[in-house]
Amino acid sequence: MSNETHIPMRPVWDQPDTSRIPFKVYTDEQTHQKELEKLFYQNHWCYVGLEAEIPEHGDFKRTVIGERSVIMVRGADGEINVVENVCAHRGMRFCRKKHGNAKEFVCPYHQWNYDLKGNLQGVPFRRGVKQDGQVKGGMPKDFKPADHGLTQLRVAQRGGVVFATFDQEAESFEDFVGPEMLHYFDRMFNGRKLKLLGYNKQRIPGNWKLMMENIKDPYHPGLLHTWFVTFGLWRADNRSELKMDKHHRHAAMISTRGEGGKNAQTTGVSSFKEEMKLHDPRFLDVEVEPWWNGPTAVMMTLFPSVILQQQVNSVSTRHIQPNGHDSFDFVWTHFGYEDDTEEMTERRLRQANLFGPAGFVSADDGEVIEFSQEGFEQKPFHRSLAELGGREIGDTDHMVSETLIRGMYEYWRKQMED
Amino acid sequence: MNMEIYLQLTQFYQEYAANVDAAEWDSWIEMFTEDCTYRIQARENHERNLPMAALSLEGKGMLKDRIYGITETIFHDPYMQNHVVSAPRIKSLTPELIDCEANYAVFRTKNDGIAQVFNVGRYIDRIRNTPDGLKIESRICVFDNDMILNSLIYPI
Ligand SMILES: [Fe+2]
Repeated sequence: MSNETHIPMRPVWDQPDTSRIPFKVYTDEQTHQKELEKLFYQNHWCYVGLEAEIPEHGDFKRTVIGERSVIMVRGADGEINVVENVCAHRGMRFCRKKHGNAKEFVCPYHQWNYDLKGNLQGVPFRRGVKQDGQVKGGMPKDFKPADHGLTQLRVAQRGGVVFATFDQEAESFEDFVGPEMLHYFDRMFNGRKLKLLGYNKQRIPGNWKLMMENIKDPYHPGLLHTWFVTFGLWRADNRSELKMDKHHRHAAMISTRGEGGKNAQTTGVSSFKEEMKLHDPRFLDVEVEPWWNGPTAVMMTLFPSVILQQQVNSVSTRHIQPNGHDSFDFVWTHFGYEDDTEEMTERRLRQANLFGPAGFVSADDGEVIEFSQEGFEQKPFHRSLAELGGREIGDTDHMVSETLIRGMYEYWRKQMED
Repeated sequence: MNMEIYLQLTQFYQEYAANVDAAEWDSWIEMFTEDCTYRIQARENHERNLPMAALSLEGKGMLKDRIYGITETIFHDPYMQNHVVSAPRIKSLTPELIDCEANYAVFRTKNDGIAQVFNVGRYIDRIRNTPDGLKIESRICVFDNDMILNSLIYPI
């Protein structure tokens, strides 16, 4: 295949398995449109936010599912609703504020107004105008406001995190996540109220799946990320496990920090810096928390929309928001827990310097995704290799494997090729 | 207002810009006090009183660690920076301390690229007048961009 330079119209898998991934899955706009439909708008629960972002009645946050703008709002009854940000009348994306508080939603164009569940309440001049004793204009007699609400999504809340789906037929959120992943989800979101610390946002010029893969790839952190290798946060000789749901779409990479420092595993790892000492050790002032139950890092991918991060004391959600096949916005929401001491909040904030678009660790990831996309675009007839740990798919008790990536594409092919 | 101090401050801002544009990191660090604060924060977080920042450094030790990070440990595309910094606005002034602000625009140029508007915002500063000259006690770079263009490596 490497001498083949014919550019195919669609991704072509040259094996029955998914150990070789055609570059075309990252470069084809039509494939991207199909992904939005099959993976973001049907059949899947997507991340929208945290309950802590909208604590009061009427609080709302504008966000996206795939490439569709939605509003997460706490209604007058305290319930959380998610509605699509497109007016039922002329289709305007009416909500322009990123967050705020509202009693109702009004599209300014023709003042159609909706309650916080998205039901149409009023249409100006619905019954026309009275002139010279006659009623002129207005909506037809058979116009039913009930038929013209905003698109209302199904909402699921668990542990303070809010998910939604456009798909009225989709399985329950719990079935979607599956028991294997719910275990780790509940570990991080164990019912304590969350405390919002703020956002980091970056636009990464690469296909959105590359970010899912990045967090299904335990091979790179101990090689690319000097801080992880040198300080033992994540490296090949740490105790670790890779786990998936039964569909292989979601995954957790679970790791326990080792001693750091030099040993047989760091020989030849060029990013390992034996002499490196921090001038200010507070960046890594780690305090073990009881809820960890052991692992110092659990990185979860809930396909297709979100990554849940615990890296020592730094916890965040990372929301994937595609814009086209070759770019996505990556929105990090950092939080803590209601019972955090001031010191713990400071610790979480300091450790956040490792993550996000300027992070000592994570800045690398955005860069390698950008350059991977460049490679794919120039060679769309080629494919990448994901054979580490074999060609089969299954949970492991080590991190020298690309099994999670193979698992995700096995699922992807089933969804996309039927 | 004292014209002398205003000119001194203006020169100080331009020297800061020159240091970061020339990647003179040792000189950059020396523009701060020992117990300084340096933060790059999205305007959204700043205005909503959310403490999260893209980068939040306390003390010269952390500044040194950051410089070690950008020169030795973080893998990234090389790029040049070009800062355009407005005249400072002094908000309050004592013989020891100046509270002041200035707008900035940072252009980024990569090896194969053309200049892009990378980060636009406002420095919110507290500058200390020391025997060794002006030093930054606190600089918060509050940026307007909703999105950082992929990664932010160098100080702004
Ligand atoms: Fe990484």
